[in-house]
Amino acid sequence: MRIKRSLQTLAGVLAAASVGLSLAPAHAADHANEQLYPLFSYRTGPYAPAGIPQWGGIRDYFNYINSHGGIDGVKVLVQECETAYTLERAFECYERYKHGYQGAQVAALFDTSSGFDATISDEARADKLPVVSVAGGREDAVDGAVFPYQFPVLFDYWTESSIVINYIAKQLGGLDKLKGQKIATVYHDSGYGRDTIEPLAILAKKYGFIDIEIPVPDPGEQQQAQWQQIKQQGVNWVFLRAWGVMTPVAIKTAARVGFPSDHIIGDIWSGSEEDVKPAGSAAIGYKAVTVFPSGSNFAISQTLKKEIIDPGKSDLRDTSKFGSVYYNAGLVSAIIYSEVIHTGHEKFGNRPLTPAEGQWALEHLNITPERVAALGATGLLSPLKLTPEDHEGEPSAKIQQWDGHHWNVLTGWLNGDRALFHDAIFAKAAAYAKQKNLPPRPTLTN
Amino acid sequence: MSASKLAGTAHLGGTVSQAPRLSGRRVAILVALILIYGVIPIVGNDYWLNSLIIPTIVMGLAGLGLNLLMGYAGLISLGSAAFMATGAFATFNLLLRLPILPLPVVLILAGLIAGLGGLIFGLPSLRIRGFYLSAPTLAAQFFLTWLFQTYHWFSNNSMSLVISAPRLEFFGYDLSSSRGRYLLVALTAGLLLLLAFAIIKSRIGRDWMAIRDMEVAASVTGVPIARRKLQAYVVSSFFLGVAGALWAFAYLGTADSNTFSLDKSFQVLFIVLIGGSASLLGNFVGAAFIVLTPIVLDILVPVLGLDTYIDQGSIANIEPIIFGALIIFLLIKEPDGLASLFSRTIRALSIWPLRR
Repeated sequence: MRIKRSLQTLAGVLAAASVGLSLAPAHAADHANEQLYPLFSYRTGPYAPAGIPQWGGIRDYFNYINSHGGIDGVKVLVQECETAYTLERAFECYERYKHGYQGAQVAALFDTSSGFDATISDEARADKLPVVSVAGGREDAVDGAVFPYQFPVLFDYWTESSIVINYIAKQLGGLDKLKGQKIATVYHDSGYGRDTIEPLAILAKKYGFIDIEIPVPDPGEQQQAQWQQIKQQGVNWVFLRAWGVMTPVAIKTAARVGFPSDHIIGDIWSGSEEDVKPAGSAAIGYKAVTVFPSGSNFAISQTLKKEIIDPGKSDLRDTSKFGSVYYNAGLVSAIIYSEVIHTGHEKFGNRPLTPAEGQWALEHLNITPERVAALGATGLLSPLKLTPEDHEGEPSAKIQQWDGHHWNVLTGWLNGDRALFHDAIFAKAAAYAKQKNLPPRPTLTN
Repeated sequence: MSASKLAGTAHLGGTVSQAPRLSGRRVAILVALILIYGVIPIVGNDYWLNSLIIPTIVMGLAGLGLNLLMGYAGLISLGSAAFMATGAFATFNLLLRLPILPLPVVLILAGLIAGLGGLIFGLPSLRIRGFYLSAPTLAAQFFLTWLFQTYHWFSNNSMSLVISAPRLEFFGYDLSSSRGRYLLVALTAGLLLLLAFAIIKSRIGRDWMAIRDMEVAASVTGVPIARRKLQAYVVSSFFLGVAGALWAFAYLGTADSNTFSLDKSFQVLFIVLIGGSASLLGNFVGAAFIVLTPIVLDILVPVLGLDTYIDQGSIANIEPIIFGALIIFLLIKEPDGLASLFSRTIRALSIWPLRR
């Protein structure tokens, strides 16, 4: 009896599994007229609070675009693939969707984690699939000659380091005042967090401040030792390169050891409402770099509110997240994606694009200030122009401060000293090309 | 041990028993071998090989490593991932710093280095027993990952600490395609499975089981307890080290110490519990369950059209709940693991036509 029941259970499990797996790479062409947007989400795991509003922004924008016929008449098919922010699951998602889904092709893959972005390089190169990382990703990929298929667009952490140091200098009254200052970088111990070690070493050498690097192990729920160290060493400023739960814990621990919150400057991924609200009053005065300004007064936000949020069509369960930093980050990603597809349509016609056409479109993307205004994204999205040589555009960001209820922007768009790092970054790309024995890219023309 | 003799006595459970001489069993093993080394590499596409089969085999190998320690020798370890990390970092450094070494030698050396780690962290097992033993192995988990994270020499001073496979080739044959990596993984797993089989059938294996069943009795009958326990840690860590190297370079293509976190240790532990303690092939069944179930659940959602009824947020959270419920259900229904379910199934099938 028991055996029989076990056998039935087993048969059931096996049947379900085989149905699931055999249908996975289905070749039915149900969606041949649509463009696939694989969304590598993380709605579970320690980083879910940072993820959920982003997916809301992305899905709501495409929902809006599709309700108006799609991008130039081509609808966007969003297929979500849960990764729980692990590399393994993200790899599985990549393999699952790299050749499209039921006839819908991928023109460009917008990834959702810097760690994944750094490790997918070889695969993306082999598959000739353009991988885009909005305000993240591997630094050396800005060199399109070495990384033809990677696009760390909009912003990077090296420029961010320079913006933060310049901002500190301004508070002190000049770059010469940096000498002897102790500036600690408290970073998430991952590829993402460690990315600023190098630029800060270069900056410290140039300006003479004391560069203290303090790692926090993933996910960063316990930081007493790190902040004690900061207090003991008499650190003047902290650059907080946190992610997820690490940010509120850092702010609270800083308050506990008595480090002033207005001398902490957070990373772009440490500057949203989700990052400061859990820290309560300890976060008042805390500053952060931002490329995704919060707010819902942008023209596009108002349209979305009217057409998606208010009729209850939003992906957000909690619509109070509408207009938050992470929601707007998702919105910015979706707008950039739509513009890439639109750029491709102008050359190849209004139909779903192939990965090769997506790559061309990315390398010829030019979102002018006029275009930003036409999209209703003035103030939300900075103009973006990519070329085959430059896969990033002109990175710029603002500094904002939390007053307990809202983020207040303190500065205009800051550019940092990107030229200072140019040689170091391109040397890294060249070293990568040499290590991997890559042939030089044949043509960089149209 | 000749292959035919092995085939004649191979069985799913690990207990020392006289296996019935079934000619059907030999045929089954032959078919399995042809499937694994002949058919799968030819018919498998990138998705199946890269995302499903390779991680299943590698995690099964890791489960095998822990099972030797836990299921056969009765010792506990919560530091499996640390020894996997040791194997991965050792492989990286050997390939990088001693480029003359061929890949198989590197894998074996990496396994031995991980085994050395196992020897050191196995020492407390001579004094500590039972649940308390989990503490030093937990220390291994935290110490070794801290070591690789803190000393950048281990990752060749790469600032991101991400190690990527410098080269994956064997006698000039490039193994970096998914097929090549699959063959590397399948061959390594096959050989290590034979090795594990030989070990548990040997005196060492019998001594381990004696210690597991009753340490005092074993010691009275002359089993060298201390040596056998340390051997268990070394052998287990060797397997885990090789599995870690394969995980990093044949599967992910890269790794950092976060890849081998405590979560991974627990995953290996679950593989042993679900696959079946004191079983060899059960580990691969358990690994298939642990690796594939979340993916199957994720794929089933759009296939069944559930995403039109439920919002994505709920789906993403329901999936792990179903996964957890399945684990509990399986452990209640099959406390001996999937391996015992399979062997009973096979037994039931072999008498099936005669049953009525």
